[in-house]
Formats: sequence, structure tokens, C-alpha cells
Amino acid sequence: MTSEVNVPVVDSEETRRLRKVRIERTAKWTLPLVVMILSIWLWDRIVVWNEIPHFILPSPSRVWASLVNDWPILWDAALLTGRITLLALVVAVVGGAGLAILFNQSKLVELSFYPYAVILQVTPVVAIAPLIFIYVESKTVGMLLCAWIVAFFPVLSSTTLGLNSVDHNLRDLFRIYGASRWQRLYILQLPSALPYFLGGLKIAGGLSLIGAVVAELVAGTGGVGAGLAFRIQEAGYRLNIARMFAALSLVATMGVFIFAALSLLSHALLHKWHESALKREI
Amino acid sequence: MKTEREEILRLAEVDKVFGGNVQALQNMSLTVRKGDFISLLGPSGCGKSTALRLIAGLSIPTSGCIDWAHPRGKGDLGVVFQEPTLMPWATVTQNVYMPFRLEGKSLSSVKDDIHSVLKLVGLEKFKNAYTRDLSGGMKMRVSIARAMVTNPKLILMDEPFAALDEITRFKLNNDLLEMKERIGCTVIFVTHSVFESVFLSDRIVVMAARPGRVIEEVAVDAPYPRDEEFRTSAEYVAHCRAASRALEQAMEAAA
Repeated sequence: MTSEVNVPVVDSEETRRLRKVRIERTAKWTLPLVVMILSIWLWDRIVVWNEIPHFILPSPSRVWASLVNDWPILWDAALLTGRITLLALVVAVVGGAGLAILFNQSKLVELSFYPYAVILQVTPVVAIAPLIFIYVESKTVGMLLCAWIVAFFPVLSSTTLGLNSVDHNLRDLFRIYGASRWQRLYILQLPSALPYFLGGLKIAGGLSLIGAVVAELVAGTGGVGAGLAFRIQEAGYRLNIARMFAALSLVATMGVFIFAALSLLSHALLHKWHESALKREI
Repeated sequence: MKTEREEILRLAEVDKVFGGNVQALQNMSLTVRKGDFISLLGPSGCGKSTALRLIAGLSIPTSGCIDWAHPRGKGDLGVVFQEPTLMPWATVTQNVYMPFRLEGKSLSSVKDDIHSVLKLVGLEKFKNAYTRDLSGGMKMRVSIARAMVTNPKLILMDEPFAALDEITRFKLNNDLLEMKERIGCTVIFVTHSVFESVFLSDRIVVMAARPGRVIEEVAVDAPYPRDEEFRTSAEYVAHCRAASRALEQAMEAAA
């Protein structure tokens, strides 16, 4: 008797499952694309059928034309907004994770300052921004500060949660082996907190873009050139609605890029060991 | 009569009271000698785990004292918990290297120790695997390897096999005894299971709950090595009966 199987045996249930997996894999990319093409077509038809003037709703082709013709202006604006966003994200990460580590090392520091971190987070940045630009001379620093206020909190709170979520038996084991505070932080707590930190980072990425846009709207252009948000506002005043849409699409694209890049980073760091990156057999 | 072996640790009239009124452990005395395999057997809440935490230095006695014959160094104590308690972001080798790393030793300087302990637990082929790729029994073997790698004076095991299926548990019981014979370590083993305690240990300390205290010490004088044959012998059954009787007394004392 032999149980060896030379030809792969696939029963009907397996066939169905494999087909489903194949369809879903293709649909993941094609369906959103189909939805986009249909929406753009519908948008175009609505404009044409209703003869809507372009200063109320431009057709997709006009938006595209604006994107191409105004590219030099829009690209410069995108670079500026992108630079502020990335800098704000870096400051949010350093500030958020740094504060989380500081809070974790000293309960007294945490008790003293955590309520103020919450207050800073729950006060709308639009309300704080005008004040910031009164006291901070440099527009760039002011914009960074605005974006940081919006973006640092998710990093702070999720990293704090991560640092405190260390397996208590592992913590005991480190005590038994006489680990120093630094060893415990470096070898045990930081790796434990990594998945939490990356979760917070993904949220902070989107928020730093929001912070940068809000800061631009409040700050205007003085001295630092015009970002995308300023271009949207300016085009609105001139009833250049096509350029508004073009600039808006660039802001959205930037947000998608940030999210994708951070997701990729998260996958690269976690795929070897963390449950969130695990692929189950069935 | 056994020859007197070197004393490692002595607990003298140890009491532990939590929150001023919960007596977790009352008047516990115990002498641990080199090569001992002592089981702490008893129902939930009898202070077994409290005793282990006190010995590990994670907690201090309310009264009484715990004396080590020699001052305890960083790697002199190994611990295995009920869960494997591994670092999921680290490979098997990195997990076993952890006690050495905390002592400030480089990986290359202890490579041989890690290799031989992984061989001892039968996981040398999995040295680069992440823990999520291992079965429950294999994870527990990594945990045991980590506890043994520094060649500690004493290994504390807190119900390490309680969460495993019976087949894996029997296999690990056998392997644990074999490892103990080979490296000659000293073990204090906490368990709920009469059968496990008789198979593994040369002394069983039976404890009662509310307050946690020692009721009786049962000696299991069957010689090592013990194998599957011992598990079915009349001698084993007799020892199990004696331990069960002591445990029954412990339950009655707590009722």
C-alpha cells in the first residue's frame, strides 16, 4: 500500500477556493479602476448633458488640461507642501516617540505632562494656528508646528501603549537576569512597541498632510512660496475651478503615496514575525 | 541513604502577606541541594507560584529569610513559565542568546553554548526560525533551552507543560529528565499533576491553600534515569498513591 500522491489532487472545494482567491486578487486592482473610469465618464456626461459652465463644474478634460498647463506652478506648490508634510512627520515621530519613551521611563513625568498632550490634541489646530503665526516669526517653523500638533499624538499614544504592553513574564525574566533600564528598553520594550508605533505612524502620515494644508491656509504665502492649499484658495478666488480640482487631486495623490510608503515600511519591518503580517493557509 | 550534597538555597520560615491581610504563604521552610528535582504540588492558591517568585527575587518575604549558599550572579537562575514567553521578533538563537546578551557577552563568544543547548533540546535545525513557525511543544523547548543555556545553579519551572497536550507533555517529561541527567541541573518544578510530579521529582512538597503552606514532603526514592517502564511500574503507582493521599489531606486542610 502506498499513500504517495504523484498527481496533485484538487477536490471541488479546493477548486472553488482557489478560483475565489484568483478572482479577488485581480478584482483588488481592477474594480477600483473600473469605478474610477465610470465616475469620470459620468462626471463628464453630467457636465455635457446639463451644459454646466466650467467656472461652476469643469469637465474632467479641462481639469486634466489645467494639470498639464499649470504643471510648473502646481509642481512647485506640491514640492513645498510635500516638504512641510514630511518634515512635520519626522518631527511628529521624533517628538511623539521621544515623549512616549520619556513618559515610559518616568511615571511622574507622564502624570505631569500627559493631560497637556491630550489638551493639545483635542484643541482644533485651525483655532491655534493664527496664534502660532503671531508669535512664531518664521513661516516654515510655524507651519511645522501646526502640522506637528496634529500629527504627534497618534504616535505618542500608540507608542506609549506599545511600551506598556510588554509580556509581564518577559519583564520578570529581564529582572531576574539583572537587565539594566537601558537594556530593557532597547532589547524588550522598543521591539514590543514597534507594531503599535507603526500603526500610529500610518495615522500620523495622513494627519501631517492635513496639518500642513491647514497651516498653509492660515499662513498664506509670505516668504515661503505657495503650497498646494494656497493654490487651491487662490484659484478659488479667481474662479479657476479646474485648477482647484487639479491641485486637489495632487493633494489626494500625495496622501495616498504617504499611506502606501508607510504601509510598505510597516510590512518590511513586521512581515517576518508579527501576526498582522501573517498569511494564514486557509 | 544519599550522601549529603552541597546546599544551594535555604528558605527558613518564610511568610508572604499581600495587601496587609492576604496570607499567600505561611511558614515555608525548604532546603535545596545540588541535583535536587523538587516539585511543589498543590491546588490553586496554595502559594506555589508565590514561593517561586520569592526564590527568583521578584518579590521579598514579609518575614523569614531566603539564603543562597553563594551570592547569586546574573546567570545563576533559569526560569521557565507556563507560557513559552519568547520574543516573537527574535529567532530561536536570539531568544536563547538573551540571558548572555544581558550579561554583556557577544553572540560569537557564546555560540558554542547556544549550539549545544539547542542540540540538547533537539532544535538545532530550527536555530534561525522565528517562534511563530514553531509548535507549542517546540516553543517550550526553546524556553527550556534559554533557561539552561547559562548553566544556572537552579532552574525554576512554573507549570511549564500545563498548556500542552498529553502526548507532548509525556515526551517533554522524558526529555526533561534526560537533560537533567546530562547536565546535572537542580530544578524546582511547580505542578498541579500528581503523575507528573512523581515521574519527575525526587521530593514532592505538597502544599495547601488559604493560607498557602507546606502540608507534607513526599520522597520519591526511585532511581534515575526513569523511563516509560517506570511510568507503568507498581513502584510508580505506589508513589502516586502516597502523593495523592497527601494532596487529599491538603485539600481537606484548606476546606
